[in-house]
Amino acid sequence: MTDTSAQQLPAESLLTGVLVDDAAADKAPADNSPDHNAPGDDALPEGALPDGVERQRMDVDIACVGFGPAMGGFLHTLSRGLLNEDGAPAVESKAMPGMPPQVICYERADDIGFGVSGVVTKGRGIRASFPDLDLSQIPLATRVTDEKVVFLLDPHGASRRPGLMRVKEAFLRAVGLAKNHAYELPYIPNFLRKEPGFLLSMGQFNQWAGGQIMGQGVAQIWPGTPVAEPLMFDQVVVGVRLQDQGVDKQGRPEAGFMPGMDIRSQLTVVADGPVGAVGRKLDEKLGLPTGNHAREWAVGMKMVVDLPEGCELKEGLVLHTLGYPEPEIFGFLYVYPGNIASLGIFVPSWYDSPVRTGYRYLQHWMQHPYLWKHLKGGRMRSWGAKSLQESGRKGEPHLVGDGFARIGEGSGTTNVLTGSGFDEAWTSGVLLGVSVLELLKAGKPFTKDNLTRSYVRRRRDSWLDREAKMAEKARDGFQVGVIQGLIGMALAGLTDGKAFWPGATKKPHERIPSLEDFFRGRIPADEIARIRSECTQKGLPLHGALMDRVGWPSIQFDGQLLVSHQDALLLGGKVQAPAGYRDHVTFKSRHVCQACDEKVCIEACSGQAITTNPDGGVPLFDREKCVHCGACIWNCSKPAPKGGEGANVDFQAGAGGLHSAEN
Amino acid sequence: MKGLQIVVLGSIVPDPLQTLEPIVGPTGPALKNEMMLPAVLDPWAGHALFEAASLAKRVEGKVYLVALGPKAKLQQVMMSVAQKVPFEIVVLDGPASGFADAAETARALAGAVEKIPGLDKGKLLLFGGWQSASRGTGAVLSMVGELLGITDQFQGVDEINVAEDGSFTVLERIEGGSYQQSSCQGLPAALGWATGNLPEPPNNPQVGMANMRLIMPALQKAVPAPLKGEGLRYQGVEVPSQRRETRIVKNASVDEIAREIADWIRA
Repeated sequence: MTDTSAQQLPAESLLTGVLVDDAAADKAPADNSPDHNAPGDDALPEGALPDGVERQRMDVDIACVGFGPAMGGFLHTLSRGLLNEDGAPAVESKAMPGMPPQVICYERADDIGFGVSGVVTKGRGIRASFPDLDLSQIPLATRVTDEKVVFLLDPHGASRRPGLMRVKEAFLRAVGLAKNHAYELPYIPNFLRKEPGFLLSMGQFNQWAGGQIMGQGVAQIWPGTPVAEPLMFDQVVVGVRLQDQGVDKQGRPEAGFMPGMDIRSQLTVVADGPVGAVGRKLDEKLGLPTGNHAREWAVGMKMVVDLPEGCELKEGLVLHTLGYPEPEIFGFLYVYPGNIASLGIFVPSWYDSPVRTGYRYLQHWMQHPYLWKHLKGGRMRSWGAKSLQESGRKGEPHLVGDGFARIGEGSGTTNVLTGSGFDEAWTSGVLLGVSVLELLKAGKPFTKDNLTRSYVRRRRDSWLDREAKMAEKARDGFQVGVIQGLIGMALAGLTDGKAFWPGATKKPHERIPSLEDFFRGRIPADEIARIRSECTQKGLPLHGALMDRVGWPSIQFDGQLLVSHQDALLLGGKVQAPAGYRDHVTFKSRHVCQACDEKVCIEACSGQAITTNPDGGVPLFDREKCVHCGACIWNCSKPAPKGGEGANVDFQAGAGGLHSAEN
Repeated sequence: MKGLQIVVLGSIVPDPLQTLEPIVGPTGPALKNEMMLPAVLDPWAGHALFEAASLAKRVEGKVYLVALGPKAKLQQVMMSVAQKVPFEIVVLDGPASGFADAAETARALAGAVEKIPGLDKGKLLLFGGWQSASRGTGAVLSMVGELLGITDQFQGVDEINVAEDGSFTVLERIEGGSYQQSSCQGLPAALGWATGNLPEPPNNPQVGMANMRLIMPALQKAVPAPLKGEGLRYQGVEVPSQRRETRIVKNASVDEIAREIADWIRA
């Protein structure tokens, strides 16, 4: 979106309250080519409004997008610093003179506790923010008491293992080191170790942190409010636009239409994660710094489980697994208080399977003999999934610009060597909070220069950035192979990042082979064609039939822990979607989908929201099943028609999703 | 009628999508992990609140939400509810588990209503849910009405129309899918709402901002309402049995499926 009249203005004037022409902003042209299946063919151009309907505007000082640990760190720090000891505001609002600064945070999910992640963390940033932190005040929190790294052998012979790994397995079995088809590593390298640290539920922590922030009365947090996009004039961000309400699936206004309000702000803090609409639109508009790419991803799929009575797993135990169900898939199991465990797997983008399903692999992983002896008889309490940005510092976007700053996972905080991101995200928010307070108290506008001198400088000087640099190339070896990746991580971890296994990155869609190539030597091409045809006619994904065919045992549902994917959505994720919002997943080109044989988007969809169209062609999308994990963004094997980094799936801001606060 | 005062009684309940498990805690029956569960405004009270806001907009009235619940959870729920419609809140900090004595709850609520500054019973409409997602008795609203001296009470309301002179008509649900229409000459009245006719309003940031300026101070000024429950004894507590039973049955005929559905309905 551009406004030629506004482009002539210096950035500083836009950030200090110069009015701009709303009408001009609403006349922005949109890509409405016939090949594009969203919005609907008779929908208004993007941003345009029906006659007689006006888009409202509200002015605040700081608009924030997304509530997670990073935003928690930012708002907690800001809230404490914005009030003097006598309770009076330390600075005055520019948006509403005479009032304290107006700070407002929009969260897409229906509750601030609906985040997904079991967390094990050293908690350095959290402890610095809460020196007297009492874990007993946060449900499901506890201290780490024991840590194990376990190599899981394949008890079925169904997974694709490199020859060297097969040799290793044979050796472990031959010398009697493999018990329950698993080998517990005798040593955990320091870079992986989290002791002394603690375990948290992301949902419960967010509820607790949100309560603390709201209680301070400085910032407001509004869940259930998806933000559609940043408001930009050239490269200056002047706020955000909320998603339209009262529209049909294609975005066409219906009864009760309420155009998304424009929230004008001097500073927009973007913390909407790796798949958030605002962060990704900033990346599209501004690009990433030279040499940076956000190309490595993983989908984390997890459950929170009531362990069976008499379970031997002790509170505070942390298990990391590797090797099974496929060598590229890592797993975790954390034991919370009350005989409850958080467990799950990560399916990465460098597992080059066109049928990479998180859900079925999770079920096979749980049933591995080493884990199943503890889990059998357990009950699923909660289920969820999310995409993780696994590029870390290499995926770092422009951290600041005129009128905006970025924090959290979407800003590249995840440490890909230590496998930690929670404390890093929180710390990035704290660093921005301190910087914003400094600028507010100095009366300086939120220009790129000022934010660079304050926030970016602090971040570069912090442990967060130092450790991220060490980790920067730790996983490059996985671009070549899983053995090389593991060796590369060890090298980087043991040399503080000085040594690593090199590997060139590819765009996610460039990595995905055809089904025929992936199953070459295991399933003949004509049989794949037959399976594809049968599954398409039945409206089924392919992974079930193909995994059965290569020897994976079928899943025997027990109705408690092993349940159908749909039951996991209903019983564990409690997924739902409020009416009045458009479909947030669309496909950029119908022709591309029609010609696609893999349709990885269907196989990898965490909620079975994207399904096979029995009539062929474009997959179907059911908004009421979407958990907003964003896996479809990077699980598409076809490039976007316009080129660039992206693929053929369009993922916009949407409402609803998971309704569990335990994940 | 201008200057109408609509007091909505409503509090929070665990998000109905959650799995609830009754336990016996140190203070009596409770829900397992209740403070961990996300909460929502009781859906029945939600209908009442949205109808109240719609009516207040038409007659230039004012809406108060009187809520008895743990204030930390109320604060969290207000993050969503406050975006919907304009209202002022009065908070009583106490339990909202559904395991409270209805009469004691009613006394606390009536006391809070009486203390609303400038309350004029000649312009008062007392709204609440016909039922509650935490307790289905529907008794509290009636008791509060009685304690406030409101004798015109209606349950299962789907519509109210207030005339300029303060007279009003009410549509109440009765058996057989019909309505009973009642006409009254004047206020006050207590209305237990069924679903009403309004959809849930969209989130409006300006409404949220305006509401929150009053909600946060009101939460900080919340009056403790511990609800001792003396003399109350529960014989047993259970949630409705779960009806979901997943089975995978292959090659079942259409007739078999139809028969099983019919058996399930009959059961």
